[in-house]
Amino acid sequence: MPDAPGLELIAQEVNTRHEGAVLGTSFEHGQATLLVSGDSIVEVLTYLKEAPGQEYDILSSLHGVDYLPAEPRFAVHYELLNMPRVERLRVKALLPDPGGDALPELDSVYGVFPGADFQEREVYDFFGILFRGHPDLRRILMPEDYVGWPQRRDFPVGGEPVIFTNTEHTVPGWIR
Amino acid sequence: MSIADTTRTPEQMGRDAIGRTEAQVIGTSPIERTSALEREEELFTINMGPHHPATHGVLRLLVSLEGEVVRDLKPVMGYVHTGIEKSAEQKSYWKVIPFLERMDYLSYYFNMEAFCGAVERLLELEIPPRAAYLRVIHMELNRIHSHLVGLGTTALDLGAISMFWYCFRERDTILDLFEMSSGARMHTRYFQVGGVIEDIPVGFERKVLEFCDLMPERIDQYAALLDQNEIFLQRTRNTGVVSRERLLELGVTGPLLRAAGEPWDLRKVHDYLPYDDFEFDIPIGTVGDNYDRYRVRLNEMRESVRIIRQAVEGLPEGPFAADDRKVVLPPRHELSTSMESLIHHFKLVTEGFRVPPGEAYFPIEGPRGELGCFVVADGSSKPVRVHMRDPSFVNLQALRDMCVGGYVADLIANLAMLDPILGGIDR
Repeated sequence: MPDAPGLELIAQEVNTRHEGAVLGTSFEHGQATLLVSGDSIVEVLTYLKEAPGQEYDILSSLHGVDYLPAEPRFAVHYELLNMPRVERLRVKALLPDPGGDALPELDSVYGVFPGADFQEREVYDFFGILFRGHPDLRRILMPEDYVGWPQRRDFPVGGEPVIFTNTEHTVPGWIR
Repeated sequence: MSIADTTRTPEQMGRDAIGRTEAQVIGTSPIERTSALEREEELFTINMGPHHPATHGVLRLLVSLEGEVVRDLKPVMGYVHTGIEKSAEQKSYWKVIPFLERMDYLSYYFNMEAFCGAVERLLELEIPPRAAYLRVIHMELNRIHSHLVGLGTTALDLGAISMFWYCFRERDTILDLFEMSSGARMHTRYFQVGGVIEDIPVGFERKVLEFCDLMPERIDQYAALLDQNEIFLQRTRNTGVVSRERLLELGVTGPLLRAAGEPWDLRKVHDYLPYDDFEFDIPIGTVGDNYDRYRVRLNEMRESVRIIRQAVEGLPEGPFAADDRKVVLPPRHELSTSMESLIHHFKLVTEGFRVPPGEAYFPIEGPRGELGCFVVADGSSKPVRVHMRDPSFVNLQALRDMCVGGYVADLIANLAMLDPILGGIDR
């Protein structure tokens, strides 16, 4: 893991190349985190993957978080890994809630890390974050005709009726 | 290797690429896929699964065939999605453990360890050495158990039905051991935040050592059954080859990556449990075909036996859970004598313990690769977000690369050797 000063150096390096890309850093429980704005996520990850001395070329995990009621509300986490140095770096793209029915948007990192394919679809499926440029952005675990973003914090648990054969006539739209 | 440059030379593809169809040599990215497909005359798209016995669960595959050759493949999943991650947000931390166990139902100890480890990191709680050793013993037994099921069902898919019975015989011995230590054969909920739930019973160590004496011989028997089986060899050798670079691009980990020659094992590089104390090797393959995947799994079982033996023989004395009464339940006998213990017990059972705000991603080496648990805490007694980075889910992305250009019969072998657990994929 890069230590706290190492993290600051990385943040500085990224900021000199992409002005204003890094919003902040945090270092907790031995884990370095780079907070970046959603607009520059592809540039930052490309830099961290390819620049000599960084070479975080494995994306080991990608996941979304809904920080309701905090603002910005959404974040997408990228757990990067450098195998030879055994260093992990977390990059966190912060996304504000656009409000209404509009969905937050973020550039897809599929071009940088092809392994992000399924995981971006998962984040889209559960949090309704649109990944611009993803080749096949469909729901992956929920049914394709599902309405709503189930892992958002304001999505209620148990809000759906369970359909049995003797109750299906009570569910609108189930029997045509 | 970038996506634009996936043209592979026969050398990169392994032992002999002669006889492979063009599409596999051309490349595998979707961009190239279209150009590769344009040359074809007629494609036939069929649906495999979701209830096909060879899909190892409820996986549906949309397969485009040209004759018997697979030209394209799309996995469709979600049939056993049960919203465990969402449910975990409604439960206090200690009640989340039984939920998470049921994700990847063949590696329940690993699911528990990933979650407990993440929460322990947030609490900055150290577990006592005996608890760590007990965790290692159970996780390595679980690894053998998981590989046995994988090996047995794989051989079953390839027509060697007797392997299935032999593998399940040893699996049953392991389940007996689990039953002895925790009372349950599967989904044992044996780990708790801060250690394990109770100490092992008398005689457990002896039984485990008996198993360690027996198992290497059994592994030799499996190897003898399969390595001299011409059908098995022909079905597995040089099928489903994916290069190491491509696997790394896709984020594939575990035996699949090691079979392609990358000696990456989190047990060696991260110190989440005292694996430094034990002597063990990382088996790797050279070609990255299905045969290598089988050999890597087989040898991993041998290494797990070595670890278990060393852990049982060096098992330290001492408490089996951390002595932090704000987190770990007090011993049962104290409840009738100590008012304070009663209060702690009551608070822990009703409200649960609180975890200070923070985020932790805790990766461990599961039987299928990097199993990471990501937990966000907000200071209350329930997690804000629990996410499992399940290795099956990420590894499944490599299935297309394994299958395109091969025969549809090889698809079955590839899927079996990928060893996905749909409970883990769908969560």
